[in-house]
Amino acid sequence: MAISRIERTAKEIVLTMQEYHAFAWKAMTNIFRPPIYWTDFLIQSDIIGVGSVAIVLLSGFFTGGVLALQSAKTLANFGATAITGEFVALTMIRELGPVLTGVMVSGRNASSMASELGSMIVTEQIDAMRALGVDPLRKLVTPRIYSSIVVLLLLTVVADACGIAGGAAVTVYLNHQNATQYFHMAYEHIIFSDLVQGAVKPLFFGYLLSSVGCFYGMRTTGGTQGVGQSTIKAVVASAVLIISIDFLITHVLLSIFPA
Amino acid sequence: MTATDNSDSRAASPVIEFAGVTVTLGGRTILEDISFTVAPGETRVLLGPAGVGKSVLLKVVNGLIRPEAGSIWVFGEEITRMPEEALFPLRARTGMVFQEGALFDSLSVRDNTAYQLLQDPAISSEEIDVRVHEALRFVGLEETFSLFPSSLSGGMRRRVAIARALINNPELVLYDSPTGGLDPVTSTHIMELVMKERDVHHTPSLMVTHRLQDAFLLCSHHFDEQRNEAVPLPKGQTDPNTTFLMLDEGRLIFDGGVEALMQSKIGFVREFLE
Repeated sequence: MAISRIERTAKEIVLTMQEYHAFAWKAMTNIFRPPIYWTDFLIQSDIIGVGSVAIVLLSGFFTGGVLALQSAKTLANFGATAITGEFVALTMIRELGPVLTGVMVSGRNASSMASELGSMIVTEQIDAMRALGVDPLRKLVTPRIYSSIVVLLLLTVVADACGIAGGAAVTVYLNHQNATQYFHMAYEHIIFSDLVQGAVKPLFFGYLLSSVGCFYGMRTTGGTQGVGQSTIKAVVASAVLIISIDFLITHVLLSIFPA
Repeated sequence: MTATDNSDSRAASPVIEFAGVTVTLGGRTILEDISFTVAPGETRVLLGPAGVGKSVLLKVVNGLIRPEAGSIWVFGEEITRMPEEALFPLRARTGMVFQEGALFDSLSVRDNTAYQLLQDPAISSEEIDVRVHEALRFVGLEETFSLFPSSLSGGMRRRVAIARALINNPELVLYDSPTGGLDPVTSTHIMELVMKERDVHHTPSLMVTHRLQDAFLLCSHHFDEQRNEAVPLPKGQTDPNTTFLMLDEGRLIFDGGVEALMQSKIGFVREFLE
């Protein structure tokens, strides 16, 4: 009994993975064939990007501040408080900026994508769209994926800048250190490979959060309760995937750009 | 065969043809070995209680659900294994009214009604406005042009859905319980619109319903364009182009006209009629 349950669950996981990849591949390749819904791309960029600026700005600023606070004491033990700027900037750009932005945006937008598309499924709006001769994958999913990829990169830059600013505020006003030294150390020690790491990750995270959100939304069954379930699955899966994929990307990028 | 013969055979060929269609969803057989046709100009009323697969059958006609077995022809083209993208041109020739209207919440009545037209960049905004006004006038809701679906009543939503289905002058209309959950006055109004499309534009249709009164209203009345209302046919007469199908537990148990339906000896049909 237990073995058959494990077998069934394993098969379901494999099937879901297979369906997810087929779904995401189709949605991504739609960009190469008309019709391309540019207006929807802009609308989604506004909803996902502009709508997320406030949360990214605040979370980035306070994370940078916390990093500066936490690191100050440890660095003081080694007489290295001067490198707080380098520490905060590198951590934000290489790691926390992309991951934090990915997780925050997935909490806000993967859930909204899953619930919006799920509601459209249960109210037959997706069927109506197909019946009216419009491909819902092309109209609803493709613009969400590409706009998420683009805006997550931009939001990550905002989060990085705010994180460095937050670290500077803490360093100057709470740790009573020199602002010029903080920014000089940050600027001096950031190299090309750090920027590449910081820029590559959001591209993957944007793709993941939007494709997972849309995938669970489009698979919704079982009425309004099903919409709730899809939303939970989308948020959990996208957040876990972002953190797991971050490990893989970091590993690969560190092997390409060794320290 | 001459050109005339060709056009005659095309004209006579059914708009919809099902041959031994079986549909399975989630491991459960929903429709089993269904065969029927819808001829040009014919209105077929699909009767049956809730949960017997009526809505599924309607979605199968439009390629929204794929059958497990059997063959389906729409407008003379076999759609059984047609890829989704090849189905879009056929769907553009078909109008479909969903059970609850299925209007897009984020779009105005104008954009909902014009949804199909908005996909064609060759159609100007002015032309779209004219056609939307025309379609909304057909269903008696011209004043809702700028409103959003959330501010409409259930009956009004259903009428906008009918306007959306008819705006592109479809060659076939599929109605999924157009009067389900509506009050009797609004239901009669909706049925008048179905009748109007049948008698004014002579569009073939397949209408799903579990309400016998709607089915018999379609048979016993015709739409008078002069008076702009449904009027009863002379006593003893019924509309010859309105015929019935009945489903029971996924099987087609009746296919015929109103007289055959009334005289049917099939137990389930009798039970349903009584």
